[in-house]
Amino acid sequence: MRPYTDQAASSATGDAAAAGPQQAAVERPGGTDRRRLWRSRRYRWDIKYSPYAFVAPFFVFFAAFGVFPLLYTGWSSLHRVSLAAPNDMQWVGLRNYTRLLEDEFFWNALRNTFTIGVISTVPQLLMALGIAHLLNYRLRASGFFRVAILTPYATSVAAATLVFVLLFGRDYGMINWALDAVGLGKVDWQSGTLSSQVAVSTIVIWRWTGYNALIYLAAMQAVPNDLYESAALDGATRWQQFIHVTVPSLRPTILFTVVVSTIGATQLFGEPLLFGGASGQKGGASHQFQTLGLYLYEQGWFNFHLGRASAIAWAMFLILLIVAGINLLVARRLRKSQ
Amino acid sequence: MTKLLRARAGRHLHGGPLTYAVLTVFTVGSLFPLVWTAIAASRNNTRLSQTPPPFWFGGNLFKNLQTAWTDANMGLALLNTAVVAGTIALGTVLFSTLAGFAFAKLRFRFKNLLMLLVVATMMVPPQLSVVPLFMTVAELEWTDQLQAVILPTLVSAFGVFFMRQYLVQALPSELVEAARVDGASSLRIIWHIVFPAARPAMAVLGMLTFVAAWNDFFWPIIALTQDNPTVQVALANLGQGFVPDQSVVMAGALLGTLPLLLAFVIFGRQIVGGIMQGAVKG
Repeated sequence: MRPYTDQAASSATGDAAAAGPQQAAVERPGGTDRRRLWRSRRYRWDIKYSPYAFVAPFFVFFAAFGVFPLLYTGWSSLHRVSLAAPNDMQWVGLRNYTRLLEDEFFWNALRNTFTIGVISTVPQLLMALGIAHLLNYRLRASGFFRVAILTPYATSVAAATLVFVLLFGRDYGMINWALDAVGLGKVDWQSGTLSSQVAVSTIVIWRWTGYNALIYLAAMQAVPNDLYESAALDGATRWQQFIHVTVPSLRPTILFTVVVSTIGATQLFGEPLLFGGASGQKGGASHQFQTLGLYLYEQGWFNFHLGRASAIAWAMFLILLIVAGINLLVARRLRKSQ
Repeated sequence: MTKLLRARAGRHLHGGPLTYAVLTVFTVGSLFPLVWTAIAASRNNTRLSQTPPPFWFGGNLFKNLQTAWTDANMGLALLNTAVVAGTIALGTVLFSTLAGFAFAKLRFRFKNLLMLLVVATMMVPPQLSVVPLFMTVAELEWTDQLQAVILPTLVSAFGVFFMRQYLVQALPSELVEAARVDGASSLRIIWHIVFPAARPAMAVLGMLTFVAAWNDFFWPIIALTQDNPTVQVALANLGQGFVPDQSVVMAGALLGTLPLLLAFVIFGRQIVGGIMQGAVKG
């Protein structure tokens, strides 16, 4: 592969112009005229249209499985649609949306999504930052530590949640056994509101902290060491170097992880579904950890209201846009205050 | 002086005992649930409903693996997941490289507008299209067919963005122009210049996509059933029974995770390197 490209590069400086299609046409015998014309036309077409051919697959698939469903979701959110007969749509206008606003379970799901989002994202990113900082030191076995903290990333939502269901078990779970052993008493991780949300968040934190730590570590290694050296020259301690050099340099990366984690938190689905066992789609017996994603699933695939499910989907999108807007504002404010 | 200074600054600092202690705690926290999955899978349901919970392996591992294999249709599930994740990873890498190259190095009308569209689509959550996708799949009678899972996930906006960012820097424009002047067709340029230059990024993107597709949950659980499941669908069904045998559930979880865990044991460093590289580029 390589030699060809080198050859192409060197011949471009030498006799390349002569080999170009237009010039090549000049001194050939007349019989091949048509072929030459055809070749140069094909060449021009290639230059003109091949970029579209290269981006076409993405846009074709995206139109079919992204844009069309997106718009159709909006359309079906204005209808009464049953899962039993999805083609029999009845126009109801904005009723699905007004109904959502009066629906206590929607507000409950929104609240839960927000709370679980905060208690899973904030500690996760803070811990990831701390771990990345430690991994940035010169260490023995640093390769081992990196691989080990990334391992949870390889497990699926399903596998991870099923293990944590056992670990968080009320009567025989290992976490309650440990809490009991140190005299703190058992916690009912399934049925309490805050406790169940903490349990669900733990699964998210466990799976994603290592991944985020590596992203931070990569950004830290791109910080020029001169900055640290001049800070050290000014007598900055390790902690001061971290606060005044590392964190400011990482600001764009931190914003990136915050946005990605926010999107992830808005869509939280698998962890609460499987944490709830047989009543998973409700998010626990009293909906105590039902997220918006779960509520959509329950409305559409358990209560058969696909129209309502569509309205929930658009509401989620709206919320995501608002959150993204707030993120952007905060980022701009931070940049200005610097 | 400089040497001394360097030793007190940034990356050149050595980690102290406390660093090792904290990292060890996090390592144990990361690995323990996985190890305990194996421990629980080697016990039986009765032993798992006792205090204290088991801390060491029992003798039921193979029996439980066998039960999970039959009860959850694990053989078929693993095969399906390999096909689905492999196809999605290949498709994503191929289409992202083509589109990424066009956005990075070629000139065409509406280029900036189209790129903006690609980036904007990264914000759209999958929930937003799941209802019509489900209707389409039902209409085409694709329920329980693998293409119902593969086709909607075959391209990725992130992939296009990622490859574009990489190729802008990694592929010298002169090289492409020189090949053009030599009369090389676009396909020749793709094959002999773009693919070799993009190979490291293609590997990273392929790996990230494969892991994500292997672990994908939301759409597969709506589009597929127990009759033709992916691993995640099979596990969900295994765990959502009313009185599940927990040791069998753990055996199933182990089976579903083992292929990726093995890849981690063998390629761990490369995977870490790939993610860190992707983080900087992306």
